[in-house]
Amino acid sequence: MSTHLSRTILARYADREAVLDEVTMWSVETHLEECPDCRAHLAGGDPLLDRVAAAVDQGIAAGPDPAPRRRSWAMRNRWLVWHLGPWLAMTVAVLGCAVLLQALQPRLPLVLLLAPVAPLPGVAIAWSRRHDPAWELIAGTPAAGLAMLLRRTAAVLAVIVPALALASSRTGVSLALALLPCLAFSAATILLGAFIGVHRAAVGLGIAWTLAVLLPAVVTIHPPAVLQPGTTGGWALLTLILGALAATRATSFRFSKE
Amino acid sequence: MRTVSAAESAPTTYPWAVDAQELRVHAGRHLAVDRLDLALDTGVHGLLGPNGAGKTTLMRALATVVKPAGGRLTLLGVQVDGRADLRRVRRGLGYLPQQFGFYPRFTLREFVEYMAWLKEMPKTEIPGAVQRAIDRVGLTAKAGARMKTLSGGMLRRAGIAQAIVNDPAVLLLDEPTVGLDPEQRLDFRDLLRAVGVDTCVLVSTHLVEDVVAACTDVVVLNEGRLVHQGTVDDLVAQGGEGDAGDSPAERGYSALLRRHRAEAAR
Repeated sequence: MSTHLSRTILARYADREAVLDEVTMWSVETHLEECPDCRAHLAGGDPLLDRVAAAVDQGIAAGPDPAPRRRSWAMRNRWLVWHLGPWLAMTVAVLGCAVLLQALQPRLPLVLLLAPVAPLPGVAIAWSRRHDPAWELIAGTPAAGLAMLLRRTAAVLAVIVPALALASSRTGVSLALALLPCLAFSAATILLGAFIGVHRAAVGLGIAWTLAVLLPAVVTIHPPAVLQPGTTGGWALLTLILGALAATRATSFRFSKE
Repeated sequence: MRTVSAAESAPTTYPWAVDAQELRVHAGRHLAVDRLDLALDTGVHGLLGPNGAGKTTLMRALATVVKPAGGRLTLLGVQVDGRADLRRVRRGLGYLPQQFGFYPRFTLREFVEYMAWLKEMPKTEIPGAVQRAIDRVGLTAKAGARMKTLSGGMLRRAGIAQAIVNDPAVLLLDEPTVGLDPEQRLDFRDLLRAVGVDTCVLVSTHLVEDVVAACTDVVVLNEGRLVHQGTVDDLVAQGGEGDAGDSPAERGYSALLRRHRAEAAR
């Protein structure tokens, strides 16, 4: 805009008492919206703004410090402590028992046998309509879906992986052979969960492992072939493949399987 | 710098906030919503129907909690099916389920904050929006109280607060007045009228008087089918002297159900 508002009009606009007709008022405001110079004139004519700014600065300087921001991460993950805590505690306790039993019967690698199914209770509970009291509320939010499932699975693994690492170091079994099957089964749960629901997938995989590997090994007191030291590469490959396949199933988690 | 397309920056207007055509939704194995045609726009819409009419299942489908089994459902201009990107739609939704639980150790403020975060609100807007939502449902004094210490009516209002915290374009309230005492119910109706000015609100209730007091129009469901959609006056006009009910609107409602059942029996 080339022309600026006259001082008189600005003064009348700024004066609360002066009467300004609607059309002038409207054109003044339209001009002010676009013209920083006239805005500066309008503001400069009144020392009130400066006084207010000074007073606010003074108030901020004199007042107490702002409260420290609560750690939002802690809040968002508190569900983990209250909701998942008991299940994770149980898993860790079972692993502890396995360490003790393995000390009594060194021929049976109980820690290795439990490692694949160790994350399953936590993952099953992490996103289940039956176990999450807030499920109905959360299922309809944009955050629901594969990203949330992965976040919660990561939270479960953050507890289970160190526990497994500790258990494997106590019993002297291979760390890779404890952790890789654990990750492979977590990925398999998510992948299978895309089709039948995570809870069902975890239960199914847990039962399958128990019947096919865990029970025969316990009965015969003989380490199973799938957990021999040479299988590490196979488990690593399986983990990668299952993880990649699970990542492609994002659309399956847009609606929750009940 | 991210370029903003014209479609993003332009004020978006939707033909209908909610548009269902031949919508079918399962509740477990039971087909609870059957070939429903329903279009809703800004305003407060009352959803009436006897127990088992499919109100809650319809609400859950509109809240994108369950996947429709058939037909077409369009929310805020996006067709809701397996292929749709639901995140944008879900950011514009507010949903109060009939029953909801929460982590009991959360305080009311944390609960609403957590829901605001799940609804992917900008971080800087969350504290202010949470405070406004809590104020609007009249729980300002209880913001720091733990969820497990709240009474039934307060929990209901906490649920309403989380539903409105993101200023949703579509607000779905399933039996919001259950557990509210008469005074709170009046406050709630005021809130509904205020929210309904620029929001599509669907309120399911079994109380005809709630609908008469706060809703601009009425949707009646029975056995998963749409029985009636019209203004409160339309509903009143349906009733006659012989119909059951304490008020003209209740008589209209029971007349509609009686006729629908008679048609279904034939």
